[in-house]
Amino acid sequence: MGYSAKKLIRLVDGMPAFPPSVYRILQLTSDINCEPKDLVRVIDHDPVLTLKLLQLVNSPYFGLSRQIGSIRQAVVFVGINTIKNLVLTIAPLEMLSRQGTDNRWMENLLAHAIGVGVIAKHLARRCGISEVEATDYFVAGLLHDIGKMALHRFKPEDYKDVLRLTKKKGVPLLEAEREIFGVDHAQVGAMLGDKWCLPVELVVSMEKHHDWNPNLSLLQDCVYAANLMAKRLRVGSSGNDTPENLPKELEQRFGAKIEELVGTLGDLSGEMNFTQILIHP
Amino acid sequence: MKVKFWGVRGSIPTPGPSTVKYGGNTTCIEVRTDDNDLIILDAGTGIFPLAMTLFPELPLTCHLFISHTHWDHIQGLPFFIPSFIPGNTLRIHGAYDPIDRRDIREILSGQLQYCYFPVREAELKARLEYVTLKERQTAQAGSATVSNILMNHPVLCFGYRIECNGKAVFFTGDHEQLYNIYAPEDPEHHEYEQYMTQKNQAIVEFIRGVDVLIADTSYTMEDYPAKKGWGHSTYDANIAMARAAGVRQVFFTHHEPTRGDAALEKVFQDAMDRHPRQPGDPEFALAREGLVFEL
Ligand SMILES: [Zn+2]
Ligand SMILES: [Zn+2]
Repeated sequence: MGYSAKKLIRLVDGMPAFPPSVYRILQLTSDINCEPKDLVRVIDHDPVLTLKLLQLVNSPYFGLSRQIGSIRQAVVFVGINTIKNLVLTIAPLEMLSRQGTDNRWMENLLAHAIGVGVIAKHLARRCGISEVEATDYFVAGLLHDIGKMALHRFKPEDYKDVLRLTKKKGVPLLEAEREIFGVDHAQVGAMLGDKWCLPVELVVSMEKHHDWNPNLSLLQDCVYAANLMAKRLRVGSSGNDTPENLPKELEQRFGAKIEELVGTLGDLSGEMNFTQILIHP
Repeated sequence: MKVKFWGVRGSIPTPGPSTVKYGGNTTCIEVRTDDNDLIILDAGTGIFPLAMTLFPELPLTCHLFISHTHWDHIQGLPFFIPSFIPGNTLRIHGAYDPIDRRDIREILSGQLQYCYFPVREAELKARLEYVTLKERQTAQAGSATVSNILMNHPVLCFGYRIECNGKAVFFTGDHEQLYNIYAPEDPEHHEYEQYMTQKNQAIVEFIRGVDVLIADTSYTMEDYPAKKGWGHSTYDANIAMARAAGVRQVFFTHHEPTRGDAALEKVFQDAMDRHPRQPGDPEFALAREGLVFEL
């Protein structure tokens, strides 16, 4: 069946814009000399971001000895640089949380996305990637399934049919999506990435996260592997949780088979919980 | 109590003919209680020469307090010889890093990854204990108690107050004097100023009455405008802080790596001339490698 090209364009156009405050923050912080007060002003105008920042600063992760009640107070007490880096961690998550997490399926999908982000970052560290760059891996993992969220948001009833086909008839998820929507979530993710002007590497990573080939970048490899690892660990649920092995080349790249790689992860719960706070207001 | 400086340089080690007098090692301070308990503040390259003096005391228990995990404050740690020798105990204290979401153990053992250092953490023979501190959490270090307060630096950074038998030392770690990010005409200026006052008062109260204040004094007034926001203080700001807190002795440390001995003494003298002695003033001095101060 499938939707016409025209309808698909409507789907992508109907997706919420990249939150403008997030855009502005990414822009501002890419300049090392950005004026602290400009950054504070952007946060100030975004109540959701403000709330999350305050929640975090007051969380045990910071372990402060006093309550912080405003962004400006937070800047004074923990320093502008720490606030800036905190905002950078939160900002990409904003895109996800503003997709809405109104039911169990979306909750599970979100947990899966966070898991993939956390694991991709772990793999990046394992490959000797610097802390700063490792954040890109986290974001890439986080966004890899955004196409699923978009399809679900566009026609929730139709997406239920996709899930039913997968569950009852064993049709692979991407095929079921193509059958019902005429397009799969990897393609939709890539279209959205384009629309949001995300970096090409990230867009390709969304497009190829089910379709590995040897020419992908390290970031794309990490997201691909992290997705399979999250499924093994049953972190959240992606809608297609059949365990798969890594391609031989990736086993070589990471120097381990998937079971061993999963074994190197240690306890992810701390990091998972931290990210959950970021997403749930 | 006794304080000995093993590293007084900021940012990067600076060996060479122009730093022979004050020394080129990065931050490391040895504090001994009256019972000879060993407390070490930060593990810059100065911790290596300190470690070389510890052999007669083995096996020992060492209480290490890390102000923050920038390189110049931890880069000597892998070379702290007692951690290779069985029987020793190393208790390492420090803050959680909420940005990378790692506790002090995860951050420091990351330093012992194979690509950085040939010995893995599991292969160290001493007993390693890690304590991730929250702000104002008190830790016992032998007969001393150590408490902390969050300072102002581009990563969570603790200033530590060590107390024993009625004597006290405070070490700022890296710290920049607070400044208002708003111009006086901005509507937010006043609100920000009030928070600054809160924070400043909290720090001054925390330091109040210590016998020794060891303060990050990287910059002169002339250096500062170009380095605002980098996380370090000036002579002038620390003189004011020491006066407000009523301390007895101040050591300026974290010397700028580009400043040789002669230049360092000059900027120190300039600062002293700018702030003539007042009654009740502390003694001011430059921290110097090897210098010992008895409280
Ligand atoms: Zn430093
Ligand atoms: Zn520092």
